[in-house]
Formats: sequence, structure tokens, C-alpha cells
Amino acid sequence: MRISAESLTVRRGGRVTLDGASLSLAPGELVGLIGPNGAGKTTLMRAMLGLVAASGHSSLAQLPAARRAHIAAWLPQEREAAWPISVEALVRLGRIPHRRPDADHAQVERALSRMGLTDLRQRPVNTLSGGERARVLIARALAQDTPVLLADEPIAGLDPAYQIATMALFRGLAQDGRAVMASLHDLGLAARHCTRLVLMDRGRIAFDGPPQDALSPERLARIFGIEAHLEMTAEGPVFQPLRVLR
Amino acid sequence: MRLLAALGALCAGLFVAALMIGPAQIGIAESFRGLLAGDGAAGLVMREIRLPRAVLAALIGGCLGLSGAAMQGYLRNPLAEPGLIGVSAAAALGAVIAIQTGFAAAFALALPLSALAAALLAVLLILFMAGPGGGSLALILAGVAVSAFAGALTSLVLNLSPNPFAASEFVFWMMGSLADRSWLHVVIAAPVMAVGAAMMWGIGRGLDALTLGEDAAASIGIGLPGLRLRIVLGVAAMVGAATSVAGAIGFVGLVVPHLLRGRVGGRPGALLPAAALGGAAMVLAADIAVRLVLPGRDLKLGVVMALIGAPVFLHLIWQQRRGG
Repeated sequence: MRISAESLTVRRGGRVTLDGASLSLAPGELVGLIGPNGAGKTTLMRAMLGLVAASGHSSLAQLPAARRAHIAAWLPQEREAAWPISVEALVRLGRIPHRRPDADHAQVERALSRMGLTDLRQRPVNTLSGGERARVLIARALAQDTPVLLADEPIAGLDPAYQIATMALFRGLAQDGRAVMASLHDLGLAARHCTRLVLMDRGRIAFDGPPQDALSPERLARIFGIEAHLEMTAEGPVFQPLRVLR
Repeated sequence: MRLLAALGALCAGLFVAALMIGPAQIGIAESFRGLLAGDGAAGLVMREIRLPRAVLAALIGGCLGLSGAAMQGYLRNPLAEPGLIGVSAAAALGAVIAIQTGFAAAFALALPLSALAAALLAVLLILFMAGPGGGSLALILAGVAVSAFAGALTSLVLNLSPNPFAASEFVFWMMGSLADRSWLHVVIAAPVMAVGAAMMWGIGRGLDALTLGEDAAASIGIGLPGLRLRIVLGVAAMVGAATSVAGAIGFVGLVVPHLLRGRVGGRPGALLPAAALGGAAMVLAADIAVRLVLPGRDLKLGVVMALIGAPVFLHLIWQQRRGG
């Protein structure tokens, strides 16, 4: 399902945190949302979902909440799990919008195995490490089984293997015909795995296009203030930040 | 399910025990005969004294346990308790005003009705101050403010009281008791409690979703403003009604959800019915203890509850610290 946003603007206490952002997300895409801290990545995704009051138009935000929960899953950056419930019970929370208990079990099992959690299923979530908890929360969003997935820094705090595995999983979801958008700080993983990059700077969308064009030396210097090495190899793009420019 | 059945059986057992125990020495067989036939002195004691008292204990305990579980689930904080939104403090203010002005003596239900009216005013004030959003922080702050203000006004009334008896009457009322309560008290409290409990119906899904935080809960289709409104109104109705007929009975709403959380796998939705039954059992047991420990000294239920509740709570904290 294709979703779109037009001139989304969010004001918070006189400050404009999101300034006229327009973009669309189509099935088959894995869009990486990149930009420095405070550029408005989280606000953009929350405004698209209707979780924060915004002017402009968002196709997701105008849906009723119950319907939207069938279309889009949201993985917030805060890794909250308030109670010592089991891994399996937490993943099953993703099935709340669906009132079809017969399909629930299979979806929960699939999400658990995709994130390598089948051995941890009985563990209370408060006994997990930070990275394990992050995987459980990703599995929760996967269990929601929606055509659209928006994830805020999903791979922060994961070990390298799970970072790569999670990006590959997202890419696989996109290839299955879903639309995935994830904010990322690892530009190397973003360049390698995303089909498209959206670059944000001070509340605006500064660039929206193919990964190799997004990470031009000029944009890296102007927006991130860094210099980096980007090379196209047989393995795909390889990106390594080198030094801070300012 | 097995837990609920066990708690239900425990409640039923304690309910029967509460009917059998009291200052009037009535044999078990005679008690049952009095309860069923309703004639003679035994019938009067059973039907007009012990039965309403046991019914009130079960209702109040259930309300406090359910409210505590709902507040902790909604605020995602194991230290939350039903009094947090200021309703019990406001009900106490209503009671002290009724006692002070002599209105309490006007007719039998004057005191509970004033307490209930004050609780209603408090909840309207809290909802107004917390604003239209679904956030929990504004709600806590509004509750703390209303609690503090009601407490200050209560102190002011007592401070200016020319009548020392009114002050001591209020202090005894505040200690919480189910002694000498009648069917009239049941009739005034039960409908309000039922409305409160009905508001809580179906909030389990929302509380479960809130385990993930407010943003994630909203994204899985939970309407947070509606959930908050139902919890505030439900807790206010149940706690306001309980406080207005029995005074302040603390610790039930705090301790019972703690005791049972592990048994339901930590899920806040599943905790709701368990905490209601557990609260009923706890208050029934405490009200039996009140009559057994120091019969004839009118030991107050709220005092016993705190004496039991505080050590239990300390024990739980101790266990948690050791990672149990």
C-alpha cells in the first residue's frame, strides 16, 4: 500500500520541528531516513502516523486509529517494556489490532524466529540485555503484520550480526511487497541496504533519491559536517566516515 | 483462570467466615438458620449487621484492588495507587466539612453523600486540569495538586474547628472502618461502584498495549484519551464510593496488584480481575482480624490494613532488590 505525506509541518512551542515535508513510500521500498540529531526524523515519522499534531496532509494520519493499526506498524526509538512480561507475551502485543486469534499463533512464532528469539520466549523482558530487548520490540512490530513498517533507529544497540540481519530482514519485507521506512545513523548500512535515502536537515527534507547520490561529498560536508570515503564495489556501496569538518 | 478460581474460592471462604465471626456469640448452625430465616436476634444480627458489613468489605476491597491495578497499569508504575488522583483526599474533605458543619448528623447518609459529592468535584477539576490529551504526566500532576489542596483545606477546617469532638470524630473516620455499617451504606455505595467497574470493562487490551509506551500503544490502535477518561472516572467512582462509606483504607490498592503481578505473568490486563478478587479477600480478612484481635476495642480497619500492608510491601521491595 502506497502512503504519502504532503507539506507536513509540526510546530512545538514556537519552534518549527518539521517544515513542509512531502514524501511518499511505495510497496517494495526500504527507505532510509538519515540526518543529524535534531533534524526531524522522528517527528516526520510520528507526524506521518498521526501521533503528533501536524498541519498538511498524511494519508496514514487521516485514517481512524483502529484501521491505521492494520496498515502501519510503528517501532519507537524508546525501548519501553514496563512490566516483567515474557518475550512471547510482549511479541503477542503486536496482535492486539487483529481480532483473529487463529492466525495469531503463526504470526507470533514467525516474528520470534525471524529475530532469533525462540530460545528466549519464556524469559521476562526485564532480564534481557538492551540489544535483546531491541530485537524483541522489533519482533513485536513484525507480529503486527502490516503492509507498512516505520521504525525509529531500529538497529541502534544491536551487535553487528543483528544489525546486518535486521537490515536484510527489512529488505526482505520490502521485496515481499511491503513498504519499510527506518531512521538510521549508520550511513554505511543505509547505503548498502536501502532502496532509497531521504536526507533531513533542520526540519526539511534536503534530498530524496538513490543512496549513492544522497551521500555526495558536498551534502556530507554541508549537512553532517563530515568527510567520508564512498566506493562502489562488486559487493555494493562501501561507506566509511573519515573525519569531522567543523 | 485457575488463579481467578482460587481467589474466588478464597473470597467465598472469607465471606462465610466474616458472617460467622462477631461480638455476638452465635453458633454456626444458628448463624445459618438466622441468615436464611431472618427471625429472632440471630436473624437480626446476621441480616442487618454482619451481612451488609461483609458485602461492603468485599465490594470495597474489590474496588480498591481493581483501581490499584488499573492505575499502576495506566501509569506503568508499580508505586501508583488509587489515591494518586486525589479522590480519596477530596472525599475526606467532604467528610470533614459534613462533620464540622453538623450536616453529618442531619440524616444517616449525610456524611457519605458529602464525601461522594466532594470526590465528584475533585474528578471534574482533575479532568479539567489534565487537559484533553491522553498523557499520563499531566494527570499525575493534577492529581497531586488536587490531593495537596484538599489536604490543606481539610487541615484548615480542623484548625478552625471550635469543637474538639468534631476533630476526634474526623480522625476516627479517617482511620477507616466497617463497623456499624448498614444496608443503607451498601445501597449508596454499590451503584456508584458498579458504574465505576463498568467503566473499567475492556480496558485490559489498552493497558497491555501501554506496556510498550504511549506512542506504541497509540500506534496499535489504542485511543489514549478515551482510555484515560475511563480509568479516571472509573477509579474516582469506585474509590470515592469506598472512601465515603468506609473512610480511608490504604495499602490495598498498592499491595494487592504487587502480590498478584507475578502470578499473571506481569500482564496488566490479566491483573485487573485478579487484583479485584485479591483486594476483596484482603479487606474481608482484615475486617475479620479487626474483630478477632481486640474485640470490644473498636480497632479500625484502616489501621490494621496499614499494619499488615506496610510490612508486606517492605518484604516485596526486599525481594525485588535481591532480584527475586
